[in-house]
Amino acid sequence: MDRHPLTSMVARLRGVNLQYGRTAALSDVSLDIPAGAMVGLIGPDGVGKSSLLSLIAGARRVQRGTVEVLGGDMARARHRRDVCTRIAYMPQGLGKNLYPTLSIEENLQFFSRLFGHNAAESRRRIDDLTRSTGLHQFLDRPVGKLSGGMKQKLGLCCALIHDPDLLILDEPTTGVDPLARRQFWELIARLRAERPGMSVIVATAYMEEAEQFEWLVVMNDGKVLATGAPADLHRQTGMGSLEAAFIALLPEEKRREHTDVKLVPFVTADGDEIAIESRGLTKRFGDFVAVDHVTMRIRRGEIFGFIGSNGCGKTTTMRMLTGLLPPTEGEAALFGHPVNAHDIATRRRVGYMSQSFSLYKELTVRQNLLLHARLFSVPKKDIPGQVTEIAERFGLSRDIDALPESLPLGVRQRLSLAVAMVHGPELLILDEPTSGVDPIARDSFWALMIELSRRDRVTIFVSTHFMNEAERCDRISFMHAGKVLVSDAPAELKRKRQVTTLEDAFIAYLVDAGAESPVKTAAGPATRSEPLVDQAATSETAARPSRLGGFSVQRALSYSLREALELRRDPVRGALALVGCIVLMFVIGFGITMDVENLSFAVLDRDQTVLSRDYALSLSGSRYFTQRAPIADYAELDHRMRTGELSLAIEIPPNFGRDLERGGPVQIGAWADGAMPQRAETVRGYVQGMHQHWLAEQARRRGIDLASNATVESRYRYNPDVRSLPAIVPAVVPLLLLMIPAMLATLSVVREKELGSIINFYVTPTTRAEFLLGKQLPYVGLGVANFLLMSVLAVTVFGVAMKGSFLSLLLASVLFIAFATGFGLFVSTFVRSQIAAMFATMLGTILPAVQYAGLINPVSSLQGAGAVIGRLYPATHMITVSRGVFSKALALGDLRDAVWAIALSVPVSFLATVLLLRKQGR
Amino acid sequence: MRLHPLKAILHLGVKELRGLARDPMMLFLIVFTFTFSIYIAGSAMPDTLHNAPIAIVDEDQSALSARITAALQPPYFAPPSHVWLTEADKGMDAGMYTFALNIPPNFQRDVLAGKSPSIQLNVDATRMSQAFTGNGHIQQIVLSEVDEFVRHVRGAGAAPVELALRMRFNPNLTQSWFGSLMEIINNVTMLSIVLTGAAIIREREHGTIEHLLVMPVSPFQIMVAKVWSMGAVVLVGAALALTVIVQRVLHVRVDGSIALWLCAAALHLGATTSMGIFMATLARSMPQFGLLLVLAIMPLQLLSGGMTPRESMPELVRTIMLAAPTTHFVSASQAILYRGAGLGVVWPQLLAVLGIGAVFFVIALRRFRSTLSRMA
Repeated sequence: MDRHPLTSMVARLRGVNLQYGRTAALSDVSLDIPAGAMVGLIGPDGVGKSSLLSLIAGARRVQRGTVEVLGGDMARARHRRDVCTRIAYMPQGLGKNLYPTLSIEENLQFFSRLFGHNAAESRRRIDDLTRSTGLHQFLDRPVGKLSGGMKQKLGLCCALIHDPDLLILDEPTTGVDPLARRQFWELIARLRAERPGMSVIVATAYMEEAEQFEWLVVMNDGKVLATGAPADLHRQTGMGSLEAAFIALLPEEKRREHTDVKLVPFVTADGDEIAIESRGLTKRFGDFVAVDHVTMRIRRGEIFGFIGSNGCGKTTTMRMLTGLLPPTEGEAALFGHPVNAHDIATRRRVGYMSQSFSLYKELTVRQNLLLHARLFSVPKKDIPGQVTEIAERFGLSRDIDALPESLPLGVRQRLSLAVAMVHGPELLILDEPTSGVDPIARDSFWALMIELSRRDRVTIFVSTHFMNEAERCDRISFMHAGKVLVSDAPAELKRKRQVTTLEDAFIAYLVDAGAESPVKTAAGPATRSEPLVDQAATSETAARPSRLGGFSVQRALSYSLREALELRRDPVRGALALVGCIVLMFVIGFGITMDVENLSFAVLDRDQTVLSRDYALSLSGSRYFTQRAPIADYAELDHRMRTGELSLAIEIPPNFGRDLERGGPVQIGAWADGAMPQRAETVRGYVQGMHQHWLAEQARRRGIDLASNATVESRYRYNPDVRSLPAIVPAVVPLLLLMIPAMLATLSVVREKELGSIINFYVTPTTRAEFLLGKQLPYVGLGVANFLLMSVLAVTVFGVAMKGSFLSLLLASVLFIAFATGFGLFVSTFVRSQIAAMFATMLGTILPAVQYAGLINPVSSLQGAGAVIGRLYPATHMITVSRGVFSKALALGDLRDAVWAIALSVPVSFLATVLLLRKQGR
Repeated sequence: MRLHPLKAILHLGVKELRGLARDPMMLFLIVFTFTFSIYIAGSAMPDTLHNAPIAIVDEDQSALSARITAALQPPYFAPPSHVWLTEADKGMDAGMYTFALNIPPNFQRDVLAGKSPSIQLNVDATRMSQAFTGNGHIQQIVLSEVDEFVRHVRGAGAAPVELALRMRFNPNLTQSWFGSLMEIINNVTMLSIVLTGAAIIREREHGTIEHLLVMPVSPFQIMVAKVWSMGAVVLVGAALALTVIVQRVLHVRVDGSIALWLCAAALHLGATTSMGIFMATLARSMPQFGLLLVLAIMPLQLLSGGMTPRESMPELVRTIMLAAPTTHFVSASQAILYRGAGLGVVWPQLLAVLGIGAVFFVIALRRFRSTLSRMA
């Protein structure tokens, strides 16, 4: 520890405040963090540790106060750019900044390219890092399929790829089993031995880990409670363990809530009644064995602990016991009854609290309790009493009408337990009930559980990864990779392995079980000499690649490549990109049709002469009309029109033929269904035309020339048959080229925001332009593929001829897609969730494109704001180009203005996005 | 003692409603779709021929040609642009004009001489909405102007057979009638899918589905609870939209029985809410649900006869769309709301909706059951 005198500082914080909406994450934090040391940030979840780290890493904007890191102000963009290559940041959450569908190799390649390494350089670094962390043999495995420990090691590799001077780790070992945890710290220790100048700042919730650090910052409620070496903290508080010291450091009013957990020995009063019994319980998902032949017996009234890392099968076992999951093999029984998903009676004897906080956030505390009491069919008259009583007992009376979200995590956890207990179950199954809860709340929670078990003889089956909680159980099982390694009383386990702590006992069992992880082998004699970071290489590349200013094509392409790989591996987005485009083209092509054909009509012929039949024939002969059975009377006419069967009804009056011969005034009645105005308009046009035609025909037969004064010769240009498909399809192509690439581009950024990997953009030297162009490129490519696909479909399936210059259309399309993706990225700068992104993109693309871009009504028919939007929106010009090339046989020369307009929109959308995009979180 | 199954469904449904009441995004969506969106659809949809851009090449420059030009006026036509022949072609290529009317030299003289000269009308037939009706209007206007001009000079008789064409159910072919009612029909479908789907995904994302499953309630009860509660919200919204926005604000006359339409909508909601649940089981997250929604809702809205008449679609599309509940619901709705049809007329459609709804419900329930364990 004395190797690094704590004189120089790696970070200085002065009066730092951070607000998220109305909640303060950090209030007035002033802190000097020594350089070259292993610094720990300790405190329960949600006290501001992560916020503090992200400020130091430069991933979050400094709101108030000053943050100086590596000798400069982190509020200044230039300083951030200068130092970001010297800082490595590994955010909280297992593999949060990694890309789960990409392999280990691809993830590392991505980071390596961002820091400007060439192919040979990154190969060497990746091989070095993965060999020394034992990941080398798994290079091809997708990150999503790695265990928690391996993900954290990979996270570390990604962080170390550019030899940082400051390593920031946010809860790197949460949810990782003790063995992997120990290996992780060994790795860090080795690393520090090789690079003595490197500073490490770690946040952790495990107090045992923090004992090993050189210098600690104790935090609670957004404030720093104390700083100093662990020994100093012990001295200051007079407490033996760091957890006790932490509690002692808390303010008085908080500390008062604390109750020491008193263990009451378990006495088997009910003889040997068995609450839970399982034999050979096994669950497989495909060829992955989640739970492997678990056999156990838990006696009534016992507190039984399940200890193991994330993903070792604890939760799956619990789900099988509750009947949520059917086992693949083996059997389980609760109170002697085999577990059966349909056995509603047994469910009432069990209370279950799942890992995630699973209460209705939209219901108040009372409503939550009432709902559960009702569903568990507590007798109606007992409900109010029971709810009051349970609220009293679990200390919820004060917050009975509050919404869960407004309550502290500890209180919410008690509420979850209260809800699980509301129907008075005999067995409680609790899946990691205390993760993320501060030590005081955890102790009071355990006090409640012990009371339930000892006083009410409730059997409690609980899983945890806190060893001090495991000590409080009557018996525990160590679990690893789906197998129960051993089950016994905690004291007995320590005695058997002759170790002093339960953690050591667990590790001993893990090693026996062959859980020796690759790091051990890598650290064996053969490879021990191989340094984790190649010193020679470091100095060689000390001249770090052109990181300042300028645009790096490599970094942009690095983003493109990663984006393309991710898209290829995401079935839903990929499907939308290709199938969606085809489906929508068909739907819109056929859906927006103005063709009116096969109009059904029928005749009420009261004349029944040759002439009247001739009139009807003139209609049915046309392709627009289909004749139905004749109408008998007015009632039938009314009925058939109401059903919508007839679009047109014709009534020919009695004596029609005779009156016509005489030349007297004759009137034919016609009723058209006006429900659909567009169709009715067309019907009107057809019927009138047909009527005139028939009259002329009649006159001609009788040798009378009904010469008109003038004629209008209509020429339907571009689409002589006046069919909808040739008119609509060329307009649908731009519509889809706009909507789909825009939506995918928006999602690509917002997804990163939602999943957390946007951090990589914040803390690496990537510039905004590189990020945007890199993101845009694959979607432009995809858009072009879509365009080609749609053009082929238009010509082949829809039979729309392409009369003009295809190259002009291609050019305009590429420009237009560049605009569309640029627009999508623009939208992504101000939306946060993917759902909002979809909504906003739809509103921003489909709505103006359909309403104002001339898809149905020409822009020149629009007025006011609509006309302005229509003239400015690039979709308008793209529709002009598309129709021009498809239907009007035009070439680039004729479409110059429209193409220029589209071309202009590309830099406009791009610049707007660059200006709005933030290089830091807020 | 076991809780009566109906009571569990009731309590679960009430829980859904409470949850919805605290979700501002969804509430906004519901209010928006049943007020503004209907109002906009009803009021902003232009009538079929509105402000059609027309160019006139007047090579005659006579009293008659001036008369024709003066007759082509707003609101049907945009004020005509007078251009040369070459400009007219360019303008049509660039999409500036839908129509170009070419009045030849000596037109008035030839008319009066009884030579029956012809005027050329160029129509941009890629502008489907205006091309056909506009052509009819222009022909009628031009010919009647010519006739009147000639009659003014000479005097003439009337046509022997008159065609009395009347528009039933919507005599003036007002677009707002059509637009606003169709919008309600579309929104009923869209909203019911979104609400139930989101209700399931919300439970999954908050981890509460697991919680429900360990309680003494069956997947059937969970599903029915979501169907009735979300269906009820949509039904109430639709009823209010119909009576307040459509009838009071937009002053659209609704001929048919609103009660009957609400019954049809209730049957339809059974099918669409089941669809929502089915889609929610396919999607792994809210974003995926959103993407699926885009792909599913477009065909339902565009191809079920609400936008354009079914008879002009290809046979295959028509057959496939028979399996969609929207097709029958749209047809029943149009019959009831536009044409005042009663139960005696629409019962076959209602039966079809009910049958399809039942099938969808069973499929969704099976899928829901089998994916529940994976969802938790």
